[in-house]
Amino acid sequence: MTAGGWVIMLLSVGGVTGLLAWCINKVLREPQTSQKLHSQTDIDTHDAD
Amino acid sequence: MANAQQSKESWGTRVGVIMAVTGSAVGLGNFLRFPGLAAQYEGGAFMIPYFVALLVLGLPLAWAEWAMGRFGGRHGFNSAPGIYRSIWRNRLAPYCGVLGLLIPVVIYMYYVLIESWCLGYAYYFLTGEMAQLGAQATLPGGGLDKQVYVDFFNSFTGADANGVSTSGQGVSALVFLAICFALNFALIYRGLRRGIEKFCLIAMPALIVCAVVVLVRVLTLPGITSGLGFMWNPRTDNVGFVQSLLNADMWLAATGQIFFSLSVGFGIIVTYSSYLKKDDDIALSSLTASAGNEFCEVALGGLITIPAAFLFLGAVQVTAASGSSFNLGFMTLPMVFESMPMGRAMGFLFFFLLFLAAVTSSLSMLQPAIALLEEGLGLNRRASVALLGFITLMGTGFIFYFSKGTLALATFDFWVGTFFIFLLALFQTILFGWVLEIDRGMAELDSGAQIRVPRVVGYMLKYVSPVYLSVIFVAWLYKQITTKDGNMFHVVATKPIATMAVAFIGLVTLLFVFLIGQSVKRWELVEQNQQEVQI
Repeated sequence: MTAGGWVIMLLSVGGVTGLLAWCINKVLREPQTSQKLHSQTDIDTHDAD
Repeated sequence: MANAQQSKESWGTRVGVIMAVTGSAVGLGNFLRFPGLAAQYEGGAFMIPYFVALLVLGLPLAWAEWAMGRFGGRHGFNSAPGIYRSIWRNRLAPYCGVLGLLIPVVIYMYYVLIESWCLGYAYYFLTGEMAQLGAQATLPGGGLDKQVYVDFFNSFTGADANGVSTSGQGVSALVFLAICFALNFALIYRGLRRGIEKFCLIAMPALIVCAVVVLVRVLTLPGITSGLGFMWNPRTDNVGFVQSLLNADMWLAATGQIFFSLSVGFGIIVTYSSYLKKDDDIALSSLTASAGNEFCEVALGGLITIPAAFLFLGAVQVTAASGSSFNLGFMTLPMVFESMPMGRAMGFLFFFLLFLAAVTSSLSMLQPAIALLEEGLGLNRRASVALLGFITLMGTGFIFYFSKGTLALATFDFWVGTFFIFLLALFQTILFGWVLEIDRGMAELDSGAQIRVPRVVGYMLKYVSPVYLSVIFVAWLYKQITTKDGNMFHVVATKPIATMAVAFIGLVTLLFVFLIGQSVKRWELVEQNQQEVQI
């Protein structure tokens, strides 16, 4: 593996891991955040029969 | 004591929320499509157009879709046609929403089939059938004969001839397809909160655990740095690094990957965000979902698939497989697991991981059409799901029967999974930047937000994203028209299966246009009645 390969891999993997870590930290540090955060899987469509 | 219990529950809720949000965007593209493309296009150099597309198009458009969706939801609409109509008061607006229904429904038709292949391969690894295949493929001088795996895939999926999957020989694939179809519809039928949420609560941690176990196994293989080098080194054997960045195909592939991976330009995000309240966060939700997806794609997918394949099979075989997700995933990777210590367990875990990732994605694909049937035609959820079950069964059945060379599937993927996604993404950037306009759009994004999205995102969506998308789209179209190999316009004109596939897509489009027309009449009637009541 070349030095260029190491740089690209570390920047890419580190970048996305850092971004996710920042988001997780934001949710864990502020309790009210988790109540306001939503994903496609927990959104209530109010239409269950 | 009570405080400690409350704190523990709160912590569990937060971890659950993170799991659900980060896992919601994870799908097949993360573990198969991305590594294949990165290996195909100049190794690590691919990451430059990839991250440019993420920053210029992916993240801004995801934010725009969340904002437009909730804006439409606050005006009483949950389907793409209704949402676009609430933003753009033009008779054409709801009809532009046909793409927001067609794309997820048609993608579902072939996505659930690939999902069943993943389940089948996981089952065959678990039961030892793959180990028997490995014994058959072992060459006298060592190594594996790839043709054995190619034949197995063709037989399993019916890629040898049309109709073979239903003739008895491909009965296994049919069983797995039936299981997947039934599972998806059972969960969708029960509704999001009762079905999908509970499934994801178990599937998401399982998915992460499977991925981490396979990752640790791959990264602890002796000599793995050579495999990582093949994936990540900017390969400059023939041309310079800068020269390699001038490859237009690579920019097109990177943009398409970002769309497919983040599910932007699909019409799904606008529908889901329309159910949220004004004080719910959409800014951090969108960013966390995108970050979770990127982590699974780059940090997990990028470190597992290609490095392991290179280590056991070498550059020639990996390069040959990297242009095709099916070749890489279903013909090459089983050889890798066969060659690897603990390969049978790893093979099962990997394909089960793909299956879970696929289910969590396919479950959300029908909601945009369900929303239209409910709010436009007044159907209840179960009737809507039953109608969509019939339509998608027709489509999946078409692809399953006309299985030769996976041409029907490739035609669906080209027109709907690529062409229409570009169109819808372009329409949505213009809708956000020029119709909803930056101030209203960013205000919607800020409402209830747990983070402040930089204002530059609005300007990017108005001025940069449409131009970038148009250039990429025209270049892609030009390449399609001028290239002889794989020219899908030519394929549609000359191959009857491809022509029929396009005709099928046309029929589904007409059905949705008709349903939108009926919905518009209903909405106009309701608005007229409301005006009369006010008077």
